[in-house]
Amino acid sequence: MSSHGVALRIESVTKIYETREGDPLPALDPTDFEVAPGEFVAVVGPSGCGKSTLLSLVAALFPVSAGRILIDGEEVRRPHPKVGVVFQTDLLLYWRTVLDNLLLPAEIKGWERRKYAPRAEALLEQVGLAGFGQKYPSELSGGMKQRVALARALIQEPGLLLMDEPFGALDALTREQMIIDLQAMWLDVRNTVVFITHDIAEAVFLADRVLVMSPRPGRIDLDLRIDLPRPRRWHIHAEPAFLEFTGRIRAEFEKRGVLRER
Amino acid sequence: MLERLAAPVLAVAVLLVWQGAVSLLGISEFILPSPWAILKRIYIDFALLFAHTRITMLEVVGGFGLAALAGVPFALAIFYSRLVEKAIYPLLVGLQTIPKVALAPLLVLYLGYGWAPKIFLAFLISFFPIVISTVVGLQSLDKSLVYLVRSMGASERQTFWKIRLPAALPSVFGGFKVGIALAVIGAVIGEYVAAERGLGYLQLQAHSQFDTTLNFAAVVVISLVGVTLYFVLAAFEARLVFQRDHAR
Repeated sequence: MSSHGVALRIESVTKIYETREGDPLPALDPTDFEVAPGEFVAVVGPSGCGKSTLLSLVAALFPVSAGRILIDGEEVRRPHPKVGVVFQTDLLLYWRTVLDNLLLPAEIKGWERRKYAPRAEALLEQVGLAGFGQKYPSELSGGMKQRVALARALIQEPGLLLMDEPFGALDALTREQMIIDLQAMWLDVRNTVVFITHDIAEAVFLADRVLVMSPRPGRIDLDLRIDLPRPRRWHIHAEPAFLEFTGRIRAEFEKRGVLRER
Repeated sequence: MLERLAAPVLAVAVLLVWQGAVSLLGISEFILPSPWAILKRIYIDFALLFAHTRITMLEVVGGFGLAALAGVPFALAIFYSRLVEKAIYPLLVGLQTIPKVALAPLLVLYLGYGWAPKIFLAFLISFFPIVISTVVGLQSLDKSLVYLVRSMGASERQTFWKIRLPAALPSVFGGFKVGIALAVIGAVIGEYVAAERGLGYLQLQAHSQFDTTLNFAAVVVISLVGVTLYFVLAAFEARLVFQRDHAR
């Protein structure tokens, strides 16, 4: 598949929530950055720094308080058809089979089911779940469910894939395999990805660029280009170049008091 | 195995003790008829019981049906409209403190002696649990699921049909099952107050003739009405609702 990634542009975007008492609660300080078509960008930051907020804004789940978000040159006001989202939990519908879960976006967008069923089967194979179409989510492991969730986002052929700590709930081994598989799949598609995580090594391994966010209200403190060659092998984790990147991100967190030696 | 047999074994044991006590202690049939005598009476008076069962059954189904038809849309109104929720929901909960059966004599005053007061009482008593369960089912949805379909560009209408309704169905049916059991109570109480037909009326008749066996027979049939309707609902539920823990 050729690249069909779309560009993302964040222009002075701010988000201020309101507390129950009506007080303003800033979640995101004015933020600016750009993601080129086909680029894989990871956003790392401590819990509650607003990185998930940022993603929800790009997905148009909430309106921005100020600033603009442009996807493929268009200002975002409602969920963009070229955007697919993978959430922290799989969010599969337990009353639907795996195949019917995969076809949910097609149903909602009013696409013809017959046309997309073969594509769904192909995607299942791609995520390593060939033959699982007629199973129910309750019959799958946590890792398998998250693979289905990934396939469900991919069936929309998203020019921009948003991933919100997608592997955060998985055990370490499953997570490692998912990271490896995600890189392989992305190298096939080369769409634009914004990947939210709090795991520094995961971010450096997967991304072309890592954006480091400060604690709430979040803003981007560091924009680091990761020019490690691809495809990256797992043992790259032990190489000096890799460690230098993770070290720089860690130093940024230490500077902000997110991490502290004792 | 032992666990599965426990309930039937206990039930049979209770019936045997009852049967044995009645014959051994020589208790008169007027005070306590034996299970066997009740069973025989149901067989002998089947036509009579059946005729009255039909009436009671129709009252129950009528009242429950109206409660379901009105209760679910009402729950939707409460769920979707803050104004309706704030204005009506507290009143509804407050009204729930009135024991519905205490209204039966008044309903006769207003609605007469025919079908209306029984159906209305069955309706009234089953309406509340249906509304509450449906509202709770709709409100307990994981919000992330709404975000998921919104990110796919779903309208609220699509969100309702694809997510909200299927996720709430188990609760809705929970309300239906409570409601149908209560509707039986409502209909029979209605018949106690003023009726010329129905199982409650038959009980009053049996009572006035010191026919305790027929009275018990009516109790058994009333229970059967409740159980039957419950299982009809359960069968619908099995077809419509996917049970979370049991993969088909």
